[in-house]
Amino acid sequence: MYSQGLIGAKTETTEDEAFLAAFQRRIDAEEKIEPNDPMPEGYRRTLIRQIGQHAHSEIVGMLPEGNWITRAPSLRRKAALLAKVQDEGGHGLYLYSAAETLGVSREQMTEELLAGKAKYSSIFNYPTLTWADIGAIGWLVDGAAIMNQIPLCRCSYGPYARAMIRVCKEESFHQRQGYEIMMTLANGTPEQKELAQDALNRWWWPSLMMFGPHDSDSQHGDQSMRWKIKRFTNDELRQQFVDSTVPQAEFIGLTLPDPELKWNEERGHYDFGPIDWDEFWRVVKGGGPMNKERLEARQKAWDEGAWVREAALAHAEKRKARREAAKMAAE
Amino acid sequence: MSVAREHLVTLLLRLADDHLILGHRLSEWCGHAPMLEEDLAMPNIALDLIGQARALFQYAGEVEGRGRSEDDLAYLRRERKYLNCLMVERPNGDFAHTMLRQFYFAAFMHAFWEKAAASSDETVAGIAAKAVKEVAYHIRHCGEWVIRLGDGTEESAARMQAAVEALAPYVDELFETDAVSEAVAQEGVAPSPASLRGAFEATVSRVFAEAMLEMPAAAWPQTGGRQGRHGEAMGYLLADLQHMQRTYPGAVW
Repeated sequence: MYSQGLIGAKTETTEDEAFLAAFQRRIDAEEKIEPNDPMPEGYRRTLIRQIGQHAHSEIVGMLPEGNWITRAPSLRRKAALLAKVQDEGGHGLYLYSAAETLGVSREQMTEELLAGKAKYSSIFNYPTLTWADIGAIGWLVDGAAIMNQIPLCRCSYGPYARAMIRVCKEESFHQRQGYEIMMTLANGTPEQKELAQDALNRWWWPSLMMFGPHDSDSQHGDQSMRWKIKRFTNDELRQQFVDSTVPQAEFIGLTLPDPELKWNEERGHYDFGPIDWDEFWRVVKGGGPMNKERLEARQKAWDEGAWVREAALAHAEKRKARREAAKMAAE
Repeated sequence: MSVAREHLVTLLLRLADDHLILGHRLSEWCGHAPMLEEDLAMPNIALDLIGQARALFQYAGEVEGRGRSEDDLAYLRRERKYLNCLMVERPNGDFAHTMLRQFYFAAFMHAFWEKAAASSDETVAGIAAKAVKEVAYHIRHCGEWVIRLGDGTEESAARMQAAVEALAPYVDELFETDAVSEAVAQEGVAPSPASLRGAFEATVSRVFAEAMLEMPAAAWPQTGGRQGRHGEAMGYLLADLQHMQRTYPGAVW
């Protein structure tokens, strides 16, 4: 569902000038880089980090939304939420597969996540307190993810770009579904409208943070742009998100929690207030309301599932041995 | 309402509740499965179950003719009015319990829907024709897990065996008959549950043979679900399920 501005990738690379120049020529010619093509180590590392973060975000993102499946307020909403959360698991699977083409296994990536070495989108370290949060996540969080991911459909790395095409189609459906939940609440009883406004108040700023630090503070944006992993900067995408979301909020009669939000005729964009970067970094580093619970839930699922995974392997081995024995006996 | 319609409503609610409650239990796994593939498969099966429940509730409301919607029926009855069998409300336990419960239910429902596809009631026949395909997949998926775990490691075999024993008291209730089930069977609306035992056992014994499991006879079968007498876990499940509808009466979602 969701990527955020990449955090913590090292783009340095050690290949010689001729190799790097040849690679850059392919990038500039908009050729797709495929798994077996030569590529700079920094390019490979950045992609593994980014696709891994993206995949982990999908998986951890199942938790806050899964929190409301058993309490969904109608059967129609329950079915839609089940389908959405399942889509996200599917995106995770796609993305892990895309990362595997770069020579890293899903197990390795999972272990890095559980050890706290790999990040996931920080937005999932906030709790889903009411049903309206499911609407707000679909509308804002998936909406922000789409802004990030549509350009990724043109990412220079072929498997990632191709995975994004299907992911974006599904995300766009999720975003409309989330908005429709919010619209229903906003047009509902006063209590329902209050739920919607409260959810918007809590999710708005974390959604803006999803695009990552300001361009002036982003350490690796330039190289990612040159390699065409990224096509737009964090701030460009954030602005695009604000511009498209403001009229949507107005249309359903909700107020964005930013007194400085104002149309700027000259820029042709909305101006908005300062983002609390202290909060952003605190949550990224583990200090959000749900960081501990999210990782504990993943760890518990991993630990408690170990015997199942071992049994599946053991059974596959037994089957193989029996097949071979039967073949030998027949010969 | 005529007696026949009353019987049909009861039949539909029993089926719908089975699917709703089992779908609820299965969706509790979402995000917590032993592997990503199962985090996809379990919500997928839950989605089938909720879809089947919706079709059944909608039709029950229509036949009842008192203007109750699918959500009124799913969310706004008291515990004693839910008519699901006890097996589907059992807490998830470990993955072996969950897969075996799903496999049993699928093995039963596959036999049921196969017969119900030829129902004298057109709507029931339509629901059955769609459901039978979905449930065939559930048998395959869950049956494979029963085999893998039964014939996997020492630990998985012990857990699978424990699941077989824990669920054994809830198997017989699936085949229970009463005036309602016999009346709808006579009218050709739905098969008598008792008549499905052979098909169920054929499915189970095929899988159990590969899984190296034995089907135990339950010394003390449990019953009561079809009359609305549930286990202690049911109240908590309903508190979750009904939370929003009870907190915001009359709101539209």
